[in-house]
Amino acid sequence: MALPGSLNRYLLLMAQEHLEFRLPEIQSLLSLFGGQFTNNQGTYGKSPFWILTIPSEDIARNLMKRTVCAKSIFELWGHGKSSEELYNSLRNYPVEKMVPFLHSDSTYKIQIHTFNKTLTQEEKVKRIDALEFLPFEGKVNLKKPQHIFSVLEDYGLDPNCIPENPHNIYFGRWIADGQRELIESYSVKKRHYIGNTSMDAGLSFIMANHGKVKKNDIVFDPFVGTGGLLIASAHFGAYVYGTDIDYNTVHGLGKASRKNQKWRGPDENIRANLRQYGLEKYYLDVLVSDASKPSWKKGTYFDAIITDPPYGIRESTRRTGSQKEIQKGIEKCPESHVPVSLNYHLSDMFFDLLNFAAETLTLGGRLVYWLPIYTPEYTEEMVPWHPCLKLISNCEQKLSSHTARRLITMEKVKKFENQDQYSHLLSDQFLPYQGHNSFREKYFSGITKRTAKEEKSSQE
Amino acid sequence: MKLLTHNLLSSHVRGVGPRGFPLRLQATEVRVIPVEFNPDFVARMIPKVEWAALLEAADHLRLVEVPKEPIQGYEQDETFLRKMHHVLLEVEVVEGTLQCPESGRVFPITRGIPNMLLNEEETET
Repeated sequence: MALPGSLNRYLLLMAQEHLEFRLPEIQSLLSLFGGQFTNNQGTYGKSPFWILTIPSEDIARNLMKRTVCAKSIFELWGHGKSSEELYNSLRNYPVEKMVPFLHSDSTYKIQIHTFNKTLTQEEKVKRIDALEFLPFEGKVNLKKPQHIFSVLEDYGLDPNCIPENPHNIYFGRWIADGQRELIESYSVKKRHYIGNTSMDAGLSFIMANHGKVKKNDIVFDPFVGTGGLLIASAHFGAYVYGTDIDYNTVHGLGKASRKNQKWRGPDENIRANLRQYGLEKYYLDVLVSDASKPSWKKGTYFDAIITDPPYGIRESTRRTGSQKEIQKGIEKCPESHVPVSLNYHLSDMFFDLLNFAAETLTLGGRLVYWLPIYTPEYTEEMVPWHPCLKLISNCEQKLSSHTARRLITMEKVKKFENQDQYSHLLSDQFLPYQGHNSFREKYFSGITKRTAKEEKSSQE
Repeated sequence: MKLLTHNLLSSHVRGVGPRGFPLRLQATEVRVIPVEFNPDFVARMIPKVEWAALLEAADHLRLVEVPKEPIQGYEQDETFLRKMHHVLLEVEVVEGTLQCPESGRVFPITRGIPNMLLNEEETET
């Protein structure tokens, strides 16, 4: 129930996908715009209805210009667990805050949204009529009203168990919608240049938001692939750098990843991807480079490092190695390429990544990366740790019955000093993750066990 | 490769350390592509630029009108910022080389993309 005198409460209507990723996205964006996330309802969990306090409508609008997890935001005028409670709550809302949007020169309309239930037109009209006690003085305009008010009714999350009455009802003034349309407009399906592991558009925007990317930032992806993660950052006004150890991918050469297409065309490279969306001005450079042996000078000049390192399943984990270590059967690249080999142990790779981030991020800058895990063995202690980086969030996305990946967000909170000072501390921390070095085997072991079981049962 | 990038790159050949900066730039093909001027971004980059390295690289590319140093109040000086914008972001080396000043190792630039890969023996541990 709304407390008398409570100010600036908003209702976020959240999209019901990537559930774990939503709260860190909203928190990161609020902190980017000077708000602070204050929890107004205990836990948010799976619900699409989030009540929160935001200092101003400007901050709320800025939030909606960035979020892909939230569908809409409303200035909350009242709510309750029944219509009676809702109406009481509305009567308690300060009239002086309502009046600017209800006066006689304005136009408005009222919408009814129900979640997990369908109402008839008649039922909807009844609900609108019940709100007549509100001091509406303007004219109704269904086509292009100046103000839109919404009643939102929550009938729970179980489509097989729809209650007679809603669990919660909310009434608010619609302010803005989020950026979910970006998911369609930046869809990988329409992108000129893709690879085997190009990131889903929605997740790439979530990553940029977890990374608090802002205009005029420099964002770097050390495992850039076809540049999908750079696109999201560029869309938010950041200038972008990428490196990758694979010469062909960086240059846009070689076999295409699209079905029915044999070779990559001239329009297929990272720069062309940015050009496709009108973002070429944010392209700084891409380089062929080994992330474990970076070529950047000493200094702090990356505002965010946002990346999806290889897990060794669909793309191999590699680093450059010496002649004597090359195993037979590994490709040798022509002329200016260098023989590549060596399994890059996952735990070493994350050690390198965190150290690199600690060295080159500006203070307050963020590292956002995916950590593949083998679910039966995973514990929180395994998440790589660094004294200069604070863990901000850790969100899981299931990949299979026994594997997942976690989106880890860290923030640089301390200036980087001498690397040797940290290495012996770090090596103990990474021992728990060593088990994941055979991630590829574990990923496939579940599949072979299952097919063996199926074969066995079909024989019986 | 843009000159802003050149200013951020260093050789990581084993044993070379800070003497690997800056890389010596040679170009056989250069192009100028217009990039939308964003004074705020350029102003942000000025403190990160190593000026001597920038001047040396610009000299090798035979660029003119390169400011010799950041001027007082550069954040508001549009003429200065436009010149820096051009030098840092609009001049691209399409074909050329970057050479480690200490070891002499050459990194090629092909189709605008530097290749910084080394063998194990050549890199720092």
